[in-house]
Amino acid sequence: MSLSVPRYWREIRYRYRLIGERCTRCGGLYYPRRAICPRCGSRELEEYQLSDRGRIVSWTVIRNPPKDYERFAPYVVALVELEDGVKILSQIVDVEPEEVKAGMRVEATFRKIREDGTSGIIEYGYKFRPPIESKQDLS
Amino acid sequence: MRGVSIAGVGLTQVSEHWERSLAELFVEAAVKAVDDAGVEDLEAIYISNSGAPYIQRQLNLGAMMADGLGEAGVPAITIEAGAAGGAVAFQEGVKAVASGLYDRVLVGGVEKVSDATPEEIAVFLSMPEDQEYTAYTGITNFGLNALIYRYYMERFGVRQEDIAMLAVRCHEHAEGCPHAMYPFKLSLERILSSPMEADPIHVLECSGIGDGAAAVIIQPSKGVSGEVEVAGYSTTTDLTHITERPDILTFEAVRRASDKALRMAGISRGDVDVVELHDETTITGIISLEDMGFAEKGKGATLFTGEKLAEERRLHVNTFGGLKARGNPVGATGLYQIVEIVMQLKGEAGRCQVDKPEIGLAQSIGGLASTCAITILRRH
Ligand SMILES: [Zn+2]
Repeated sequence: MSLSVPRYWREIRYRYRLIGERCTRCGGLYYPRRAICPRCGSRELEEYQLSDRGRIVSWTVIRNPPKDYERFAPYVVALVELEDGVKILSQIVDVEPEEVKAGMRVEATFRKIREDGTSGIIEYGYKFRPPIESKQDLS
Repeated sequence: MRGVSIAGVGLTQVSEHWERSLAELFVEAAVKAVDDAGVEDLEAIYISNSGAPYIQRQLNLGAMMADGLGEAGVPAITIEAGAAGGAVAFQEGVKAVASGLYDRVLVGGVEKVSDATPEEIAVFLSMPEDQEYTAYTGITNFGLNALIYRYYMERFGVRQEDIAMLAVRCHEHAEGCPHAMYPFKLSLERILSSPMEADPIHVLECSGIGDGAAAVIIQPSKGVSGEVEVAGYSTTTDLTHITERPDILTFEAVRRASDKALRMAGISRGDVDVVELHDETTITGIISLEDMGFAEKGKGATLFTGEKLAEERRLHVNTFGGLKARGNPVGATGLYQIVEIVMQLKGEAGRCQVDKPEIGLAQSIGGLASTCAITILRRH
């Protein structure tokens, strides 16, 4: 299945800049964006800039990757809780799988996500990594 | 609404059926169910399948399967709900018979994954998750299970050796099951020394993905002794992104569906003799048992660590090996579970037979439990 250009283009804004949605009635924060707040039913949501820093809640190492992700394997994918409380799934890069642990601080970075063969499109988006300024202190 | 019963069942072995097509698999199971029920001229066909649009590039399975069965002309509907599809299709068939619309309905599930490469299978298995923000990260279905597995061990202080005992028990049960994909025992050491699929989950803790088809014929209840009746059922959903769930270790859809199905059947959990569980991986099975109320939160694994579990608790789990050892032909899996419960209740389970069960429960999930379908069957 080839990666679709319109589909990639549609999500660029939200994936490149980590833009989610905030419910103007109850304050619920959502990523990805939603049309209706699942908590209070409000349809009044506004764009919201997510925090780009957080901590790892849980993680895994993908050993048998899906098609178009083969060249990255093995890779770490984590459930990250951002500083504003929103949770996000992301690959964790610039760290060996053995060094990853629960509670570890991470920050968003812009990376290649997948590529469709050698002539197809290349998708970019967010991945997370240990903060640059605290490379020595991974706790 | 009328009472509904199961008049006949059929299934194929779960395996890599290299030499058979999707339609051939479906027809084999469907013909067995038709012959078992001794019915002619079906009035409607419900089909569950997940992979055909991606793996075989095949749509319109309704017409294709009806034709293959020599039944071109009847209404035929395909239903998809990830690995819960078989159970959801069954419940839709039951509703059609209960309403009085039809008297003879076939519900069949079919899946053929061996036409795909391992990388395509990994794509297929992650298709019940949101493609834009979940599968997009490169996480697989087994990887999502791994996230909750690690968190579960940390929160409840449970050892992997205990959780993985579910897989050991499944393989013990599958040893006597002719339709199982892996009909042999596996030791805990062997399972936990197998390669990593998605840390901390080992390959041998994952369900065996295979090809297969299973089918049932349903009809209005006759009220005769020994008949297997549909006592209760429910399908519910949950938030699709685990990032948005208040507790990633609770499957809300499983809680809701089991509560509703038990209430409909007018029974309590203690009345259930046999459970066919959706053990996509060991941890999914353990959390499912907890959320159905068969074990306290954090204590699901204790159901499998004791030596004389079945006798002591009178609850039999995955009597043919479950998704782990009988195998997991995704869109057909829910129907395998239902067929197996029928075999147990009718005393036709062969070497897998447990002692005179009266009530059986099948639990199916789609995605990481964003869909859950619970079906309760009872011997009249
Ligand atoms: Zn709201």
